[in-house]
Amino acid sequence: MLIVNYQLFLLNLALQKPLLTLTFLLVTKLTFTEKKDTRSGFGAGLHELGKTNKNVVALCADLTGSLKMDAFKKDFPERFFQVGIAEANMIGLAAGMTIGGKIPFTGTFANFSTGRVYDQIRQSIAYSGKNVKICASHAGLTLGEDGATHQILEDLGMMKMLPHMTVINPCDYNQTKAATLAIADYEGPVYLRFGRPKWPVFTPADQKFEIGKAITLVEGKDVSIFATGHMVWQAIEAEAILAEKGISAEIINIHTIKPLDEKAILASVKKTGCAVTAEEHQMNGGLGDSVAQTLSRNLPTPLEMVAVNDSFGESGTPEELLVKYGLSPNDIVNAVLKAIKRK
Amino acid sequence: MSASPNISELTKTASQVRRDIVRMVHAVQSGHPGGSLGCTEYFVAMYFHILKHDKNFNADGIGEDLFFLSNGHISPVWYSVLARSGYFSVDELNTFRKLDSRLQGHPATEEGLPGIRIASGSLGQGLSAAIGAAQAKKLNNDSNFVYVLMGDGEQNEGQVWEAAMYAAHHKVDNIIATIDFNRQQIDGPTEEVMSLGSLKAKWEAFGWKVIESKGNDMAALISKIEEAKSLCGKGQPILNLMSTEMGFGVDFMVGTHKWHGIPPSDEELANALGQLEETHGDY
Repeated sequence: MLIVNYQLFLLNLALQKPLLTLTFLLVTKLTFTEKKDTRSGFGAGLHELGKTNKNVVALCADLTGSLKMDAFKKDFPERFFQVGIAEANMIGLAAGMTIGGKIPFTGTFANFSTGRVYDQIRQSIAYSGKNVKICASHAGLTLGEDGATHQILEDLGMMKMLPHMTVINPCDYNQTKAATLAIADYEGPVYLRFGRPKWPVFTPADQKFEIGKAITLVEGKDVSIFATGHMVWQAIEAEAILAEKGISAEIINIHTIKPLDEKAILASVKKTGCAVTAEEHQMNGGLGDSVAQTLSRNLPTPLEMVAVNDSFGESGTPEELLVKYGLSPNDIVNAVLKAIKRK
Repeated sequence: MSASPNISELTKTASQVRRDIVRMVHAVQSGHPGGSLGCTEYFVAMYFHILKHDKNFNADGIGEDLFFLSNGHISPVWYSVLARSGYFSVDELNTFRKLDSRLQGHPATEEGLPGIRIASGSLGQGLSAAIGAAQAKKLNNDSNFVYVLMGDGEQNEGQVWEAAMYAAHHKVDNIIATIDFNRQQIDGPTEEVMSLGSLKAKWEAFGWKVIESKGNDMAALISKIEEAKSLCGKGQPILNLMSTEMGFGVDFMVGTHKWHGIPPSDEELANALGQLEETHGDY
């Protein structure tokens, strides 16, 4: 299934199954009125921080417009540092700026924020315990037409392996903005991942972001779906399809990959007896791996993973790519059916 | 810091630091004596004369000069000088490179060793960090200086040149970067491994003000660093191209890349110590 307009989806559902629609609305109350890019949530959060926290500084590697850092740059030029196309230097500069109490936010594409500068992050930020916020846009397949060179699908894995690193992957505009604000108040290195496409905005604008605390969006009893980033909305759409089939799915938004909210995961799985993870990332090293570790150590449970299976992406629209690489709501539904069968 | 340096006293300190270096590396049969010995005058000059610094270590270093070591493998000389200037007990030099030590093979903050503000060892990263710290000083209206030492082999790393371009563009004029120009790297002479061409011309082309100094002549070196300070605040970052001899002070270690990362044997240690006066007491 392609990303559907939510209102159209509800209308169709209402015409075909009026009772189910009512139940769906009562249970989920999840709707959206607009689509916005998560990177704009970052830009809005950063701009707000410029006003509220004088220690926040921003660095960008020649992608100010793409990262939506223009407003910060315009209003706080003395705290904005154009680095040019030199990401390794940007990471080192940011690490150095923490010495003296600054809170640097670096901005570039996720690919150049991680793989290109892994050793710089490892030594100068993570090992050195520096209070740098690595803010990464255009992550995953939904970058779209630019293709595999830019569609990083390994970043969560690389970042979560680093000691001291906190890894966050919010699901919509509001949550990305809230996460941006929250990480400024957290002392320590953070990787904040977001993306390019306009995406349903469905979390409350005033919802406080708590690092490491998973959010249950829909309660259910048959299966736990742990989703992160853009895939949270895909999971919500899958839940509606599952409800139609009489399957009650619990949807949990794992916005923080590390530290993982193991308590929430185990409590949910204890109730449902099986789980599915959904992420815009390689199956190797991502959220699915983290959940699998948690389950195998604490509560062995059937688990299916919706993720890219050991391949690079390609050019295409975000919607086309999500379908081709197995990250559509239907793929989540199929994974759920498989997981339930394994109970 | 005094107005005029006591060269005789600084030279005595340098002799003790050199003893520390060879003893530390010998004790664990690992470490990098060559570059450490070559940079001893520089470190002693910095910590015992040039730097405005507080041995009661504050990681933020506000109101102080900051020093960064980018070529972290010459940690023995830094550890010795930090201990000898009071950051921690000289006895702790005994723990160099051993399990549970704060004196890691390459400098680190993880174990909380006073004097270290960022990890180094993987080359090419220190200049960027130092420039960032220098810009933070400007934001804090802190008029003190930021110093960073790099290796000449380290100039092979691309990040150095990213940082060089950036500092000139942003007119970071409160930083004095020094290159330990000993013309040696692990695999051999720099001219054989990766020709550096004219480092002076390269750095000038990148927009830096370059001064040249003799790193194993205490008085001349201090004079040059003072000159570098006087050139700060004029819209240009400063590069001190410091010629040294790897292994300086121990005759059989001088001028060869062989002692880059090799520890001395018992006999070689005795030979080396015979050439270095014990001036402030061994640890």
